[in-house]
Amino acid sequence: MFSRDRWQEIFETIRKNKLRTFLSGFTVALGIFIFIILFGFGNGLKNSFKEFFLDDATNTLFLFAGKTSLPYKGFKANRRIEFKNDDLKDIKENFPFFLEYITPRISRRASVRYKNEFDNYTTRGVAPDHQFAEKTIIMKGRYINELDIQNKSKHAVIGRLVARDLFKQENPIGKFIDVGNSVFKVVGVFQDDGGDNEERFIYIPYTTRQLLEKGNDKIDQIIVAFRPELGHTGAVAFEKQLRKFLKEKKSIAPKDPRGIFIRNIADQLKQNQQFANVLQLIVTFVGLGTLIAGIIGISNIMVFVVKERTKELGIRKALGATPKSVINMILQESIFITTISGYVGMAIAIMILKNMGESLEDYFIKNPYIDIETALFSTLILILFGGIAGYVPAKRAARIKPIVALRDE
Amino acid sequence: MGSSSLHVLKGINLSVEDGELVAIMGSSGSGKSTLLNIIGMLDVHDTGTYELDKVIIEDLDETKAAKYRNKFLGFIFQSFNLINYKTALENVSLPLYYQGMKRKERQEKALKYLASVGLADWATHLPSELSGGQKQRVAIARALASEPKLLLADEPTGALDTKTSCEVMDIIQKINQEGKTILVVTHEEDIAHMCKRIVRLKDGVIIEDKKVEQVLAEQYV
Repeated sequence: MFSRDRWQEIFETIRKNKLRTFLSGFTVALGIFIFIILFGFGNGLKNSFKEFFLDDATNTLFLFAGKTSLPYKGFKANRRIEFKNDDLKDIKENFPFFLEYITPRISRRASVRYKNEFDNYTTRGVAPDHQFAEKTIIMKGRYINELDIQNKSKHAVIGRLVARDLFKQENPIGKFIDVGNSVFKVVGVFQDDGGDNEERFIYIPYTTRQLLEKGNDKIDQIIVAFRPELGHTGAVAFEKQLRKFLKEKKSIAPKDPRGIFIRNIADQLKQNQQFANVLQLIVTFVGLGTLIAGIIGISNIMVFVVKERTKELGIRKALGATPKSVINMILQESIFITTISGYVGMAIAIMILKNMGESLEDYFIKNPYIDIETALFSTLILILFGGIAGYVPAKRAARIKPIVALRDE
Repeated sequence: MGSSSLHVLKGINLSVEDGELVAIMGSSGSGKSTLLNIIGMLDVHDTGTYELDKVIIEDLDETKAAKYRNKFLGFIFQSFNLINYKTALENVSLPLYYQGMKRKERQEKALKYLASVGLADWATHLPSELSGGQKQRVAIARALASEPKLLLADEPTGALDTKTSCEVMDIIQKINQEGKTILVVTHEEDIAHMCKRIVRLKDGVIIEDKKVEQVLAEQYV
């Protein structure tokens, strides 16, 4: 294996059969290249998926109110339930053990204008803690704060895309925008990993929203975050108790499935993770498929290479080459070529993946990557199978009688 | 293969002394190539004995045959059988490589044998850059390089014109004069008469085995 003479013989053969070397090397490089690119894309797809579905805080419950379906305590069925500001206070006071934070959310569509630019956006009346529920990232200025809530100030925090569309290059902080015929001062610009739609929101204090709507105290939706250390079981218990408490408070029949709705993100998270696992499975399957295709490609080229060399091998045998030396020569040569070209293909593919970054984000592929273990392992597998694929025809060639090989004109 | 067998050689009794130059003649199908292949250990015999340089050649597996070929035999083929991507020098040094000789030594020796067939200046040329006669001379140099006991030439002039045939035969005769034993398979009478003994085969048996007056090829060159 390490005899210098044999390596010299192999290098000579490689150097003088450039086309053959190129063909087999190219097959291997291409095989590993495609595998790594596809596998990396799969990972990129997973990244996008995670971003879309797993970007919000996962320790939250979403509370909605609806119509009752059963009569109870003298109330008729079909009564509309509504959350009020005192519900926030009551939940805070009754569940200190579970609660991390609580925030209302009042969503309204509104036409928003700055100078001559205008468009329709969704505004959300929120409390400061809403920032944690959505994992909102402040780029400039600040988020809604307690002072805004108390003063019912007309302050707005706008999404990155709102800023881009309305303000172009201008700095929006301190500027005034017209939101559904009321003037708000922009105090902050945010970004959100949840995709473009999440960056088209405008956050305002929920008290301001209530003030604009004739000073009522209604809330459409409450977001409650529980302490993450409670885990899934704790979340389920919290959800149950919260439902019971609210039903009692709002006089809803305990058996009424309607009236109060609670969406537990922890449950949804579980489903999403299952989906992510299926995605992973598909990625693995595709990877395996390309790897097998690569192996078949190498096998073909090896059979071809040995076939092409039948006569040469016959001559070598007539001159005294033993079957073992023939097999070793072919194997050593093929493993040498597959190793070099395999790693070249791998390096190029990894480089391309690294440089791709977010350029394919429009196709839901974000930051494609492959971990180095998978890359190395798959390359090794390909080399190994290249060797096996070379061994079978090499062994057959070594067994051919030289006289048969020499007759092969 | 099936169970039916075809007997190509039907009882050959031939012994060749050291330093002989024997022509084996016969029409196609006479078994002359089969005989040469058995002698050359490229093929195996079913019955009988084959003794080469006091060694009985039997139970040949591929590895053993390869070693015997490397040690005892040199081949010259009708179609030259040079490796086309190797230079003349590399072709000649190939049997030495399989003898395990060091690179430098083997190149020196190969060059010496190339010089002995008059092709020292062509050492770095590929077979495709050589004429038919030159190719066969390279093949002869290659056969000689391993210093075999026996040189086997299968229709060495079959692919050459008359003039080059005589050149090649001249070299073969000179090698013989230096004491090497050579078997030449041919179907050309004039080539056969350039040898010292002619064995004629027909349908797998020897029909004639006689010593002849050697015609020197030199006079036609």
